[in-house]
Amino acid sequence: MSEVIVENVHKSFGTVEVLKGVSLKVKKGEVFALIGRSGSGKSTLLRCMNGLEKVNSGHIEIAGHAMSRDPAQLRKLRTDVGIVFQSYNLFPHLSVGENIMLAPRIVRNVAKSEARNTAKEVLKLVGLSEKFDAYPDELSGGQQQRVAIARSLAMQPKVMLFDEVTSALDPELTEEVLSVMEQLARDGMTMILVTHEMGFAKRVATRTIFMHQGTIWEEGASREMFANPRTPEMRQFVKSDVK
Amino acid sequence: MTFRTFGPDEFLFLLSGLQWTVLLTIIALIGGGVTGFLIALARVSSLQWLRIAAGTYIQIIQGIPVLMILFLSYYGLGLAGLDLPPLFAAGASMTVYASGYLAEIWRGCIQSVPKQQWEASESLAMTRAQQYRYVVLPQALRISLPSTVGFAVQVVKNTSIASIIGFVELARAGQLINNATFQPFRVFVAVAALYFVVCYPLSQLSRWLERRLHVGSHR
Ligand SMILES: Nc1ncnc2c1ncn2[C@@H]1O[C@H](COP(=O)(O)OP(=O)(O)OP(=O)(O)O)[C@@H](O)[C@H]1O
Ligand SMILES: [Mg+2]
Repeated sequence: MSEVIVENVHKSFGTVEVLKGVSLKVKKGEVFALIGRSGSGKSTLLRCMNGLEKVNSGHIEIAGHAMSRDPAQLRKLRTDVGIVFQSYNLFPHLSVGENIMLAPRIVRNVAKSEARNTAKEVLKLVGLSEKFDAYPDELSGGQQQRVAIARSLAMQPKVMLFDEVTSALDPELTEEVLSVMEQLARDGMTMILVTHEMGFAKRVATRTIFMHQGTIWEEGASREMFANPRTPEMRQFVKSDVK
Repeated sequence: MTFRTFGPDEFLFLLSGLQWTVLLTIIALIGGGVTGFLIALARVSSLQWLRIAAGTYIQIIQGIPVLMILFLSYYGLGLAGLDLPPLFAAGASMTVYASGYLAEIWRGCIQSVPKQQWEASESLAMTRAQQYRYVVLPQALRISLPSTVGFAVQVVKNTSIASIIGFVELARAGQLINNATFQPFRVFVAVAALYFVVCYPLSQLSRWLERRLHVGSHR
């Protein structure tokens, strides 16, 4: 059974159609890379998957929850879907530990001691055990991004979405974040990631989707797709993006 | 005809006037704070009619002089058959005045919390109330402290308007003493000094908070 189902999703901003009938299925434990030129609709597609953007038509189902406009229904879906953004978006007034414990405490109603244990676990997973009491402004960008990942993981999501989470980082810090994501993938997390790191997509993603002008232009097993792009657009994109 | 001179007794009288000034300020800030907070929330509500209603209220309050608010509540409530003590009328009008300005200050602070903070908390499945309670308002509060304290200084000074309806706060006390002593320079220097003694520390506090709580810092 598929963990993520997206069926014929259309999305417009005003009169501009940004997603023109997108469909995809992601099985449990699969890692999908979303690549494509700027403005092709990658972020919009990802944001539709947790209801940050409302679709105009089509159907989305994640971890057994149908996408809905009903706030309570939408929150149920969101408890099972984590998202990490390019700009980290940690809560600056809370310590790292508090950032991580907040949602489990107030959304999942987890007991304080249990939330604390979970927070320590996920912090260890991202290699920042010693930063429990630090504040976001005391951390490097890479560390903040790893805390953001830990904060999502503490909700014990079934699916993780990543939107260019390393784009604001220099190469060294990019590596530390990517290795956390690679570990997650190995542990069997279902993931969809928008990325410009072609090497990472090729190595870690089981499948890759190339988006072009609001549609899925090309989709396939990552290795094969990068080795033999079928469409001229994808070929052009891969060539211009090789680092 | 003999005049009193401006001595210790007269100074004590000014001090008792200062007490009423401070009390009126406190009433205005508490009453205006509670009302202003609710209006600020209404101003950023997702319900359009609520936003418009709150915006209209703010525009009206900011568009008329405090003196008119005072007259309206003093004579207006009097016409309605309520014989109000000056403290009540002054407290009510200062509350209305402060609520209009605090609402606008706080609306700005709430809206200056980056929209990414909303998105991150929303994505963690928080309800709107939880987003306000745990993520947005704590940050808005920090942002708002310098301008709120700064506004408190304005309120202290504007309470002098209540002297018009016979409320004996500091400015009115000064007038009364001057009428008895006819030493306007001495009297009003003393009155001004007393206002300064209250307002200066507040202004300094506001500046200190501003330096201390620059956006993005947690301390
Ligand atoms: N909130 C919005 N309002 C209006 N237009 C938007 C909005 N968000 C995105 N768009 C437009 O939708 C299109 C797709 O944007 P999207 O952010 O999904 O692209 P992307 O593939 O993620 O690009 P990038 O690689 O630059 O992040 C763009 O043309 C963008 O200008
Ligand atoms: Mg994007």
